[in-house]
Amino acid sequence: MALPQLKDSDFEPLQINDEEAEKIAGESTSYWKDAWRRFRKNKLALFGIVMIVLLGIMSFIGGPISGHNYFDNDLLNANKSPSGEHWFGTDNLGRDIFARTWYGAKISLFIGLMAALIDLVIGIIWGSIAGYFGGKVDEYMMRVADVLYGVPYLLVVILLMVILPQGLWTLIIAMTITGWINMARIVRGQVMQLRSEEYVMASRSLGASNTRLLFKHLVPNTMGPILVTLTLTIPNAIFTEAFLSFLGLGVPAPLASWGTMSSDALQSLQYYPFQLFFPAFFICLTMLAFNVIGDGMRDALDPKERK
Amino acid sequence: MSKLLEVKDLSIAFDTYGGEVQAVRGVTFDLDEKETLAIVGESGSGKSVTAQSLMRLVPMPPGKFAGGSIVFNEEDLVEKSDKQMEGIRGKDISMIFQDPMTSLNPTMPIGKQISEGLIKHQNMSKKAAHNRGIELLKLVGIPNPERRIDQYPHEYSGGMRQRAMIAIALACNPKILIADEPTTALDVTIQAQILDLMRDVQEETGTAIILITHDLGVVANAANRVAVMYGGKIVETGNVNEIFYNPKHPYTWGLLSSMPKIDGDDEELLAIPGSPPDLADPPKGCPFAARCPYAMKVCENHMPEYTHLSETQQTACWLLDERAPDVEAPESAMVGGTKVHE
Amino acid sequence: MAKYLLKRLAYIIVSLFFIITITFFLMQAAPGGPFASEKKLTPALEEQMNEAYGLNDPLYEQYFNYLVNAFTFDFGPSFKYVGQDVIEIITRSFPYSLILGIESILIALSIGVLLGVIAAVKHNKFGDYTAMVIAVLGISVPSFIMATVLQYIFAIKLGALPVARFESFAHTILPAIALATTPLAFIARLMRSSMLDVLNSDYIKTAKSKGLGQRVVTYKHGLRNAILPVVSYLGPLVVSILTGSFIIESIFGIPGLGSEFVVSVTNRDYTVIMGTTVFFSVLLLVSILLVDLLYGLVDPRIKVAGKGGK
Ligand SMILES: Nc1ncnc2c1ncn2[C@@H]1O[C@H](COP(=O)(O)OP(=O)(O)OP(=O)(O)O)[C@@H](O)[C@H]1O
Ligand code: SF4
Ligand SMILES: [Mg+2]
Repeated sequence: MALPQLKDSDFEPLQINDEEAEKIAGESTSYWKDAWRRFRKNKLALFGIVMIVLLGIMSFIGGPISGHNYFDNDLLNANKSPSGEHWFGTDNLGRDIFARTWYGAKISLFIGLMAALIDLVIGIIWGSIAGYFGGKVDEYMMRVADVLYGVPYLLVVILLMVILPQGLWTLIIAMTITGWINMARIVRGQVMQLRSEEYVMASRSLGASNTRLLFKHLVPNTMGPILVTLTLTIPNAIFTEAFLSFLGLGVPAPLASWGTMSSDALQSLQYYPFQLFFPAFFICLTMLAFNVIGDGMRDALDPKERK
Repeated sequence: MSKLLEVKDLSIAFDTYGGEVQAVRGVTFDLDEKETLAIVGESGSGKSVTAQSLMRLVPMPPGKFAGGSIVFNEEDLVEKSDKQMEGIRGKDISMIFQDPMTSLNPTMPIGKQISEGLIKHQNMSKKAAHNRGIELLKLVGIPNPERRIDQYPHEYSGGMRQRAMIAIALACNPKILIADEPTTALDVTIQAQILDLMRDVQEETGTAIILITHDLGVVANAANRVAVMYGGKIVETGNVNEIFYNPKHPYTWGLLSSMPKIDGDDEELLAIPGSPPDLADPPKGCPFAARCPYAMKVCENHMPEYTHLSETQQTACWLLDERAPDVEAPESAMVGGTKVHE
Repeated sequence: MAKYLLKRLAYIIVSLFFIITITFFLMQAAPGGPFASEKKLTPALEEQMNEAYGLNDPLYEQYFNYLVNAFTFDFGPSFKYVGQDVIEIITRSFPYSLILGIESILIALSIGVLLGVIAAVKHNKFGDYTAMVIAVLGISVPSFIMATVLQYIFAIKLGALPVARFESFAHTILPAIALATTPLAFIARLMRSSMLDVLNSDYIKTAKSKGLGQRVVTYKHGLRNAILPVVSYLGPLVVSILTGSFIIESIFGIPGLGSEFVVSVTNRDYTVIMGTTVFFSVLLLVSILLVDLLYGLVDPRIKVAGKGGK
């Protein structure tokens, strides 16, 4: 059995290097690096990011490069099909759809981002107070959230839009007035988890120092679901805005959003389908992009969740 | 006499995001009729994967056979089709899982879960299978089986569920019963009852048992032979007496030291420092080298081969090489007051 | 059982009380009176109308009357359609919405579950990818866009199905599909992940270890357990179908409750808005109760009977 090339010196005791042992034990590259590595493999999610970046850029330069603006009527040139002059054609008032589409992008993305941010802020405050204090405070706060959660979201938004004066900010406020609940629940759950002794103990036994532990293991682990929820709030807000526009409760003219543009185009769908096509296409594309990013993030941040 | 089951050089790997995990790396053992073989080792050493592969229950993909054979009834199970395996599972080989809370279907009455196998393998009628189910529940010591048989798992306690699980596994009188940590999830008194039950059942039906555990106390009470696994390999095998009274592998020493002694004060529970090797990038040499207090330079780069210490005992450790320094098992690994069955 | 039902009914009544109260005061806060819109009424006439509709009573009296009447489903007359009671509008239009809703729930459930199961069984294979692409598209394409696209392709261009209105089964196909798209996609994803979890669970291993065939394991042991989250989703599903109906019914010119609601919103017809809102809430609360009862049937661990079970 002896291997011929072995020398007697091979049988001297090995210096066990503690650090070495530690390294072998648990190759733990950082959580975010790991997540990013997994995310990068998700082609669909990368596509989503590229799309959002492109949409973001176009929302700023789209209008200027078309040589038109979003509000100039030109009734003589109403309902023109796409051409060299009007790349996406014109609407029933002769406004350039290309310029309006990118202006709409700005409005729709702004609504989405603002709604998500406001949800995040309220959700974090509410959820972390409930989660941090626990007990009775938590119970009552979450009971309130539960009751609000039980009422259909869109119904509430519609009722609010009926009584509030129309406007961009009213829209955002109406959307966030119950929209934050979901975020609050997630945040609370995460804060609870952070607090849970067991969880902290589990990482401590790996022998990490406390602050490093907090920032390297705990905070990232709790950030994951929050980020995912945040990402998925954006398409939801864009959807809600478009939905309200269809009911005539969207942003008031002369502001243009994809929702109001589609809704306006609906009347003449039979004759000028392109007027609906462009805004509708971009609504779908944006929702798709955010959805795949959100999914990609969920899969990347939570490796336990399926392969 | 030919063996009931012969596993040779079995290797199983998983494709994961982090690369290929070599969960089982060339495992060889065999099983005689009516005996109980214990496989011990700490978490992640590949015990469950080994056990499940015997029934071809390792999910493939991500898992795959990376070599070796499992010979049962003179046939290699690795080569069998899924369809052929269905005829063996539950009939010739059956299995009990670690957690009785999750291993029973929560939306199906216990009785139905028992009779399924009977209907499939023994062509029983529903009625006959139901009656046999009642007998089996009685056999595993469930009081009031006529009433209990129509209940759902959540109406059973943990111990009773594990009994029901055993009833399911025994339904078709299998030749081999694999029990993957059957008592780990139960509290101590129930543990003893379940082990007693398994021993009784074995006496009655003559099944061979493969008992997987990381608790050497369980081994002492229940097994004839022991295989110690570490890092996807079997590092030492022997019969119970050899493993408890004449262990030769430092990892076995470590396991014995970490076992509570009947006479000793329980303060002296020596855990093995460090953690098991990363099987996605397994060490070239002895898997235990990073934690072994006796490790030598050779251990890092060369896998020790088995030294046959007796008819039954084999150990893979460089300490058994004549060039190695003489090392005695530490005091703490001496079994002392522990009662060894048989 | 009876005790449980009583408790749930009490809960429904309390919730309704809150909803009625909130909608009542929200509508009170609405800008301008109900008659302050387009058609300029003479002040005398407006006063007369206000009197007739009880709008001159003190607020608490109006509220109290409304509350009492609401519990008998009397929401008063419509402000805009003279001579019609809100409840008449509801009973006239609701059957359309009900048929449409049931159709789309059936579509969403059957196809969604099917897609999810296929995806899980063919995990990481072609079937999985196809099903999940369909699902992610379904989630990304809002129902109203789906509706217009369907309408344009199948009704306007191909002429295969009617464009609008509600006269035969053929009329319901496009709107029902449009309404079902998003929930269908949700169900498919839910079903997939729950089925994957179940297929990786210990009891599936147990079932396999008994030598049962792949099909028996997947469908007899897997499906029943995997479907539980979908059953829980039935509540949100009803909500989604209901809110979706607002737009879909308008697009397809279906005289259902959804489009009545939209019309009342655009007309600021406050009594109709309030009436339909309350009606929608009753509908939802009752369906959630039904879903819970159903859940108790599917999952033996939940004992609806109320002894101990959650
Ligand atoms: N489906 C899988 N995919 C990837 N890796 C797996 C899979 N199943 C098991 N493994 C890996 O195989 C190795 C051995 O696992 P196994 O479950 O056999 O350990 P064990 O000895 O039974 O431990 P325990 O005492 O915790 O049950 C582990 O490193 C585990 O991560
Ligand atoms: S081979 Fe070397 S490292 Fe492995 S157990 Fe023996 S002495 Fe320790
Ligand atoms: Mg195991």
